[in-house]
Amino acid sequence: MSFLDLKNVTKIYPNGTKAVHETSLSVDEGEFMVFVGPSGCGKSTLLRMVAGLEDITEGDINLDGKLINEVDPSERDVAMVFQNYALYPHMNVYNNLAYGLKNRGIDKETIEQKVNDAAKLLQISDYLQRKPSMLSGGQRQRVAMGRAIVRNPKIFLFDEPLSNLDAKLRIQMRLEIKKLQQKVGVTSIFVTHDQVEAMTLADRLAVINNGIIEQLGTPIEIYDNPKSLFVAGFIGSPQMNFLDGNIKNKTLSAEGFEIKDIGSDFEGEVKLGIRPEHLSQSENSLINLKVDLVEQLGSDNLVYGQLKDKKDFCYRCPGNLTIEKGADLSLNIENNKYYIFDKSTGKRVN
Amino acid sequence: MKIKPLQIIAHIILILGVLLMVVPIWISFASSSHDSVTILTEGMKFHIGDQLARNYNEVLNEKGGWSEEVTAAKMFINSFIMALGIATLKVVISAMSAYALVYYRFKLAVPIFWLIFITLLVPLEVRIFPSYKIVSDLGLTNSYTGLILPLVASATATFFFRQFYKTIPDELLESAKLDGANAWSFFIDFLVPLSKTMIAAMFIFMFVYGYSQYLWPLIMTTAEEYWTVVMGMKIIYTESYEGVALPRTAERFAYIILSMIPPVLVVVFLQKWFIKGLIQTEK
Ligand SMILES: Nc1ncnc2c1ncn2[C@@H]1O[C@H](COP(=O)(O)OP(=O)(O)O)[C@@H](O)[C@H]1O
Ligand SMILES: [Mg+2]
Repeated sequence: MSFLDLKNVTKIYPNGTKAVHETSLSVDEGEFMVFVGPSGCGKSTLLRMVAGLEDITEGDINLDGKLINEVDPSERDVAMVFQNYALYPHMNVYNNLAYGLKNRGIDKETIEQKVNDAAKLLQISDYLQRKPSMLSGGQRQRVAMGRAIVRNPKIFLFDEPLSNLDAKLRIQMRLEIKKLQQKVGVTSIFVTHDQVEAMTLADRLAVINNGIIEQLGTPIEIYDNPKSLFVAGFIGSPQMNFLDGNIKNKTLSAEGFEIKDIGSDFEGEVKLGIRPEHLSQSENSLINLKVDLVEQLGSDNLVYGQLKDKKDFCYRCPGNLTIEKGADLSLNIENNKYYIFDKSTGKRVN
Repeated sequence: MKIKPLQIIAHIILILGVLLMVVPIWISFASSSHDSVTILTEGMKFHIGDQLARNYNEVLNEKGGWSEEVTAAKMFINSFIMALGIATLKVVISAMSAYALVYYRFKLAVPIFWLIFITLLVPLEVRIFPSYKIVSDLGLTNSYTGLILPLVASATATFFFRQFYKTIPDELLESAKLDGANAWSFFIDFLVPLSKTMIAAMFIFMFVYGYSQYLWPLIMTTAEEYWTVVMGMKIIYTESYEGVALPRTAERFAYIILSMIPPVLVVVFLQKWFIKGLIQTEK
């Protein structure tokens, strides 16, 4: 059994909303697990069940070898960082950090030492006497982290903690969270709807959709080998291109081109997925793209255009290529990196 | 600095307001420093007279009532105890029942809240006979308990605390829970400090409410040692003069001035909290 073990966990809210369906998942000690999925898919619900803030309708959750279904949140020894930080507004930073320790009956000197250590780690030592209302967003974020770290809990839970920060700070804090987690080595679950955040932070990643884990794996596994249409579309930026197609006798005919000898025996209606970065310009072209718009990111160009039948399409090329608006490009798929999904079930078939 | 006409008008209005509040008190105070006969014959005074010390000494220490035993000082103390008890218990009970109504999400919370709320429609004056019956059956007439207890349930304060608690984000409770707080420590460590301003305000209102009770102490107390200030105001300080009862007006004014002191003290004492809450909004 691993450190945290969810077995067939289901959550049905009193109003009948089924937020999580029979989900099973294990997290190893020290691992950084990320739950990613669109808003409303049940990520927070799953996390809150681990924290004990929501009842578990069905299934079991084990933490550190102990069944915790019925254990009160205050007894679970988990720490959580909330989206709006939920700092204690009437306590100064020191007491915000110290409160959890005081409740554990730890003596004053030890508390002071732990708080000071955590404050140093997070570079908030200068604000210990301030109230949260006198701190900037980034500083509040650090205090929230400090409150979690200082207790040295079994597991850290983060519920979209970066979404209230501006873009620059978000990237900075993302890095710091990762560094901090590696330094402290605490098992963590991080919830986000932002796939870039998910990819950069995760040791392992659970892509959730409609209360179901669609795929579980390392960020690279999931990026390279998405198991379903949903995962393929959700992970990767810019999004994967999807084209309608049909397979007969191992030949896929999409709009305006064919791919022969696809490694699959599937027959019928499919979706063909091609990542913008897996395309290149070549003579013997497969796809003809009429360029509408070029976004120059410096290192890369994002080329947006249309195929023959007015289908929107994106191609990512190195930034040193100059591509004019209105140009006609002939593109090929590099190394046969394309993904085929059953149109009716969304499952990967190649 | 140039003063705009609008500012002048604003100041005039404010000064008028201040006068409206202060002048009656000043007249009472000035009149309390004269001889009763002077007041009776010449009307109320605007200047301080020479009887100040005598009148106040008389009021505080003279024994009055039918039994000639109760002093005004004793009545101030009685009223103060009654008001303090009512205000304290009202605040504590309302804060705690609002806590239960908001945080323990049992099915009957809403009906119970409305049940509490409609008691606003039956103030003590309406239910005074049943209340008296119960209190006297319990043997609580002529006691502080009897004076205080029937008045401590407060729908108003419960309502205000409930509305305030509802604005406190759920994450605060959840975060506190994960930090090991139980139901009691969440109340003491979070709700009480967060609602300091609210508590101070409620305490002041409820103190004044308790202090100015008239009907209840009137029917509750037969022993003079439990008389309260407002009752005394009516009863004491008449003087018989050739068989005619004459009011001792100057002493009455002194009594009124003295009777204002306890509520004023409470306001002065609590205003620090009050104002802090007003200027420093804590999210
Ligand atoms: N307290 C609740 N009562 C009823 N339904 C809820 C409650 N909280 C969340 N839900 C529903 O459960 C689903 C999952 O919600 P949530 O876990 O918050 O999603 P996410 O965090 O992924 O955005 C949503 O459809 C949401 O509307
Ligand atoms: Mg959420």
